[in-house]
Amino acid sequence: MKLKSLINTVGLCLLYISQTQAGSQLDAIKKRGYLNCGVSTGLVGFSSPNSKGEWKGFDVDVCRAVATTIFSNAKKVKFVPLSGQQRFVALQTGTVDVLSRVTSKTLSRDSGIGLRFGPVVFYDGQAFMVKKDIGLKSAKELDGASVCTQQGTTSELNMTDFFRTNKLKFKPIVFENYNESIQAFFKGRCDTYTNDSSGLASARASAGKVNKFEILPERVSKEPLAPAIKQGDADLYNILSWSVYAMIEAEELNVDSKNIDQMKKSKDIRIQRLLGIKPGNGKSLGVDEQWAYNIVKQVGNYAEVFKRNLGDDSPLKLKRGQNALWNEGGLMYAPPLR
Amino acid sequence: MTWNDPKLRQIIYQLVTFSVVVFAAWFLFTETQSNLAKQNIASGFSFLKSEAGFEIGESVLNYAPDHSYARALYVGFFNTLKVAFIGNIFALILGIILGICRLSKNYLLSQVSKGYIEVARNTPLLLQLFFWYAVITETLPSVRGALNPFGSVFLSNRGVFFPVFKSHPTWSYVGISFALSVVLCFVVRYFSKKKQEETGKELPVLFVSLALLIGIPLLTWLIGGYPMELNSPALKGFNFSGGYSFSPEFSALLLGLVVYTSAFNAEIVRSGIESVDKGQWEAADSLGLSRTRTMSLVILPQALRVIVPPITSQILNLTKNSSLAVAIGYPDFVSVANTTMNQTGQAVEMVALIMLCYLFFSLTTSFVMNLYNKSVALKER
Repeated sequence: MKLKSLINTVGLCLLYISQTQAGSQLDAIKKRGYLNCGVSTGLVGFSSPNSKGEWKGFDVDVCRAVATTIFSNAKKVKFVPLSGQQRFVALQTGTVDVLSRVTSKTLSRDSGIGLRFGPVVFYDGQAFMVKKDIGLKSAKELDGASVCTQQGTTSELNMTDFFRTNKLKFKPIVFENYNESIQAFFKGRCDTYTNDSSGLASARASAGKVNKFEILPERVSKEPLAPAIKQGDADLYNILSWSVYAMIEAEELNVDSKNIDQMKKSKDIRIQRLLGIKPGNGKSLGVDEQWAYNIVKQVGNYAEVFKRNLGDDSPLKLKRGQNALWNEGGLMYAPPLR
Repeated sequence: MTWNDPKLRQIIYQLVTFSVVVFAAWFLFTETQSNLAKQNIASGFSFLKSEAGFEIGESVLNYAPDHSYARALYVGFFNTLKVAFIGNIFALILGIILGICRLSKNYLLSQVSKGYIEVARNTPLLLQLFFWYAVITETLPSVRGALNPFGSVFLSNRGVFFPVFKSHPTWSYVGISFALSVVLCFVVRYFSKKKQEETGKELPVLFVSLALLIGIPLLTWLIGGYPMELNSPALKGFNFSGGYSFSPEFSALLLGLVVYTSAFNAEIVRSGIESVDKGQWEAADSLGLSRTRTMSLVILPQALRVIVPPITSQILNLTKNSSLAVAIGYPDFVSVANTTMNQTGQAVEMVALIMLCYLFFSLTTSFVMNLYNKSVALKER
């Protein structure tokens, strides 16, 4: 393991050194011909490879949308699976261009470690999962419990805060890998497992144990999951932000991948702006005028992406909840595309 | 002084090498610094003073989430020290026993020990750790159905719980008197050696030492009012509380490290004993020394010369291998440092600290073992 730390150090130093300031990240992406996108090492619903080895999931689709804006082609993206620890370094050093990996936007991450977060794509909150037969109703009954979790996440800090505020004792069992930590919980090493509620639903679903485990109602944190890029590339930042907004706006305007070609004839000026019939948006972003059309056509609008990966059409069966549109009681809101 | 002068050339070569190394280090450092600054990544160690904000599963020190990162790292440091210290003691004892068994004339004993050694040292350590962890967490029952082999000792997939004596001032005096009797043992040994050299008579050092080691602490305990109250574990809520416990993580890590390293130690011990010429046994035999005395007076002193240097490496290996703890959830130094790295984003600083920590462990161990090695090494007069 000393070897591992040594390799880590040397690797880190070399990576930090090897960065030359030749042009922006966006130029580098265009020159390369595809987008490098950091995703999780396998979280059903957000990013995991299917049986054919194709990456599927919510985070994956966000990457595809960004790639579509740049290349007009949702396939021009390469997915790099990253562990919780690798993710920031991979982004800082340019190993990936975009990090779309169930990562919460926080002040310190946005300022201190050189990242720039795009718009929130999923409003999540940390929760606790327990075995149903224990019969717990609230996380406040967890006094003295041992808690399994994964290392290097905000979950570790949030649960500490939760137990501290409620004057409860607990014992964390922290694993380096997601798999080890969830398996330890399933085997009964821990009384409860904590993660973002979507992550809990995903774990429960992929183990095929939806009915055996209960997610307690408390949400102990705000976890606004957002994609991120490295600081200092305003053009790439614009593309990232507006790719996400375009999907939300398309849902609001009822434009989806099936009806989009009829919608091209729509008289609605907002739809005409979105789909590039009235040009301008593409030019401002420095991309093809058809960019939003391509996103919706090739990836889908926000509702489609949600439903396919997390909602009714997925094993997770998550409700829209806070992730509904703003005019339907949720928090999803796209600024005007004009 | 000409260019052909070997001394001058030697100095020049060394100077060149030295400046290349220094330049490379300086280049790495400044480039990393400037690149970090370019990306608005704060550097430096000031973050160590701020509040850690995360809990640590087990600790020999007092620790709470509102302590600093530095304190959290100390906790990790001592957790590593704990498993490395206990692990090395057991690995050495087991290694010596196995090494001697391996040489035994008893066929069964030597073959069993051979089989153990071959299995233990030919499978990856990480795999062994996962194996032990799975054995502990999967075969043992849950807390509610905990095994209770005797008294208030409980075995469950949350660890081993056993009673300890309730804290009482007498116990610390017992500890002090034990340390005192250890010192006394060395004094007794010194005088008995002196006496043997002068008169040729032997004193029963072993019995005297044992009597001292047991007698003095026992006497202190009796004088102190023989406190007997136990602090027994009892099921409370989700888990046992009270008593003392070894967590499954610690147990699995200790077990894995001891089993793995003892196999290497056994082979080293065997090689050491086999390196002593058969003639030495025969010579001692002809002088009328018993087998055990031959071992302790003739064979072992010579074998130790061969054994000590590679054993030092194994001690270092066990210490460094303990960093695999992070895979099975034991909060050792690397685990705490990784968490810190993630919460603060100070990757370069933390990796430097990890290296510093293991360097410290290794250099201290080497220093002590080198002193010991000097004492057993061949003294040529």
